[in-house]
Amino acid sequence: MKLKAIFALAAAALALPVAGADPALAQGEQFYPALVYRTGAYAPNGIPFANGIADYLALVNERDGGVNGVKFVIEECEFGYATDKGVECYERLKGKGSTGAAVITPLSTGVTFALTEKAPIDKIPLLTMGYGRSESADGSVFTWNFPLLGTYWSAADILIQHVAKKGSLKGKKIVLVYHDSPYGKEPIPVLQDHAKTYGYTFEAIPVTSPGVEQKAVWLQIRQGRPDYVFLWGWGVMNSTSIKEAAAVNYPRDKMYGVWWSGAEPDVLPAGDGSKGYNALALHPAGTVYEVHKDVLKYLHERGKGARREDVGSVLYNRGLINAMLVVEAIRTAQGKFGNKPMTGEQTRWGFENLNLTAARIKDLGMDGLVSPIKVSCADHEGARKARIHQWDGKQWVYTTEWIEADTKYLRPKMEAAAKAYAEEKKITPRDCSKPQS
Amino acid sequence: MIYREAGQFKTTYRADQAVFPIPQDRVAMVLILLAAYVGIPLFASEYLFLAILIPFLILSMAAIGLNILVGYCGQLSLGTGGFMAVGAYAAYNLALRVPELNLLVVFLLAGGCAALVGGVFGIPSLRIKGFYLAVATLAAQFFLEWMFSRVGWFTNYTPSGSVAAPRLIIFGYVFRTPAEKYLLCLFLVTIAALAAKNLVRGRIGRSWMAIRDMDIAAEIIGIRPVQAKLSAFAVSSFMIGISGALWGFVHLGSWEPLAFDINRSFNLLFMVIIGGLGSILGCFLGAAFITMVPVFLNQLPTILGIPISTAMISHLEFMIFGALIVFFLIAEPHGLARLWAVGKQKLRLWPFPH
Repeated sequence: MKLKAIFALAAAALALPVAGADPALAQGEQFYPALVYRTGAYAPNGIPFANGIADYLALVNERDGGVNGVKFVIEECEFGYATDKGVECYERLKGKGSTGAAVITPLSTGVTFALTEKAPIDKIPLLTMGYGRSESADGSVFTWNFPLLGTYWSAADILIQHVAKKGSLKGKKIVLVYHDSPYGKEPIPVLQDHAKTYGYTFEAIPVTSPGVEQKAVWLQIRQGRPDYVFLWGWGVMNSTSIKEAAAVNYPRDKMYGVWWSGAEPDVLPAGDGSKGYNALALHPAGTVYEVHKDVLKYLHERGKGARREDVGSVLYNRGLINAMLVVEAIRTAQGKFGNKPMTGEQTRWGFENLNLTAARIKDLGMDGLVSPIKVSCADHEGARKARIHQWDGKQWVYTTEWIEADTKYLRPKMEAAAKAYAEEKKITPRDCSKPQS
Repeated sequence: MIYREAGQFKTTYRADQAVFPIPQDRVAMVLILLAAYVGIPLFASEYLFLAILIPFLILSMAAIGLNILVGYCGQLSLGTGGFMAVGAYAAYNLALRVPELNLLVVFLLAGGCAALVGGVFGIPSLRIKGFYLAVATLAAQFFLEWMFSRVGWFTNYTPSGSVAAPRLIIFGYVFRTPAEKYLLCLFLVTIAALAAKNLVRGRIGRSWMAIRDMDIAAEIIGIRPVQAKLSAFAVSSFMIGISGALWGFVHLGSWEPLAFDINRSFNLLFMVIIGGLGSILGCFLGAAFITMVPVFLNQLPTILGIPISTAMISHLEFMIFGALIVFFLIAEPHGLARLWAVGKQKLRLWPFPH
């Protein structure tokens, strides 16, 4: 009896895939593979970002009828911020659609590291906006990586510049509380370098994923009394850090998060305890921009939007920007290759020749949301600026103007790291002084 | 009817002690190997290779290693992830620092390193047993994970702690396509499975099983616990180490210590328990169950064209997968391999039961 039931179950499971067919994707549509995490410890941050991307692509389809007539088809794959599952999702989605995946935006530094090895073989560009591998900003070695808008090295440099302006760092103490993964470790070399030039003492304290247990870390901070705490966390780790800081009474206005530790889901759980907490901002929160009016008008009022309460939050807006960069890269590529769905190779060209001027950004309804970006063969970062914003208990308020990372210091460091990678992997760097085809 | 042995007479000891004493099994095995070596490479898609078959094969190998320790020698271990990491990082460092070494030799040496480390962490097993030993091996897991993320030398001082494997070149041949990588893994797993099967049938395997069943009685009949236990730890870690190197070099391509965290250890232990303790077939069944069923469940709504949100699919996947584990363990607590053995017994009489 038992055996029969098991065999019946197995037979049913095997028969199922035959019954249904893969939803065929029509010709003439641009496939967008979305690696998302809507469940697990990182979901509070993953959901608004994923919704931002979904809404912007839907908006382009609804309002403009696609990009130059090419509509977007989006398929999501849940990977829960786990590197091995992310790689499985990538393999699952990369060949779908009429042209295959034109771009991958993993929103995970761990997955970015794994895909950096695979993307050049599959010829799919990796858009890692504000995350990923810092040295991949050197496009001569990392042909397929695009860490647009800023890398973690830029972020660390901007933070140090900012706190140095508040008074000399000589003899001060800075502690980095970081997510124990490639993501959290990225800023350490820059912060160590600066410790020598600025004369502060630096200590890095790891927090094991997912980061809900941080009691020991904050007791250590209470004993050490550092002058500043930098936070490089993600998901529930951020809100836990802020809660623990409040518990040991570490002044929140001495805490600075990276731009992934400065969104609403990070500060809201701690309630009043978050007041005064600072973080880097790549862009503002809010719904006052043209693009939001369109999102509400074309999608949410017609019941086609993703989730109303996300609109205008920090990470939702970042999702919008991320999708906008994808759309504009495809539009740029279409200018050269014709108005049809782009392949990964063509989109890569589009990213490398992406030039968003202030006027173009205004046309897109993102005036004030993003600053101009210009990508080139040598510079895959495009822009490296951020502001500091502070949580006042209700909303994020800017406290500084734009701060630009110091290219003079970062560029040689980046090139050296890229060169070491090229030597290890036996890659011949492209000559970016020559015109690229 | 299919498995009826009537008329099969064994006239030599050799025939009686063969790996597959029944001709039906031999035929089935040849067919399976033919399908794996010829059939699948002809028809499988890139996705099937890279996302399903290669991870399945590599984890099967790790499961074989763990099963030797837990299933055959009875030493509960939670350090599997750590031993896989030893293999992966040893292979990375060997390939980096001695580039002229053949990659197959690198994998073997990586297995050797893991065997050494496994042997050292196996020493507590001489004094403690059962759950207490599990806790001691847990220390190995945490220590090794800590070592690879904190000691810069192992990762060649990369700032992010993530290392990338070199290209797969063996005897001047570059393994580039998914099918080639699959065949490489399949070849190594075949050898590992054959070696394990023969080891457990021989003197060493019998000494492991004697220790498992009752260590004091085993000692009295002349089996040295030190040798038996430590050799189980070493052989087990050797295979786990090679699988770790393959996991890094063939499957991930680039990895951080997080890829070999405690979840990997639990994952492998579940494979061995669900597949069947003390069975080589069970390792493959368990690995297939744990790696393939969630992927299949995750894609089912898309395949059937049922519109469910991504988050819901993921929740359903966990619920159904959990329910399936419970169902199979209730149906047969001794694992999927035992289920197959029961099925085989029934097939001897089928279609005329009694």
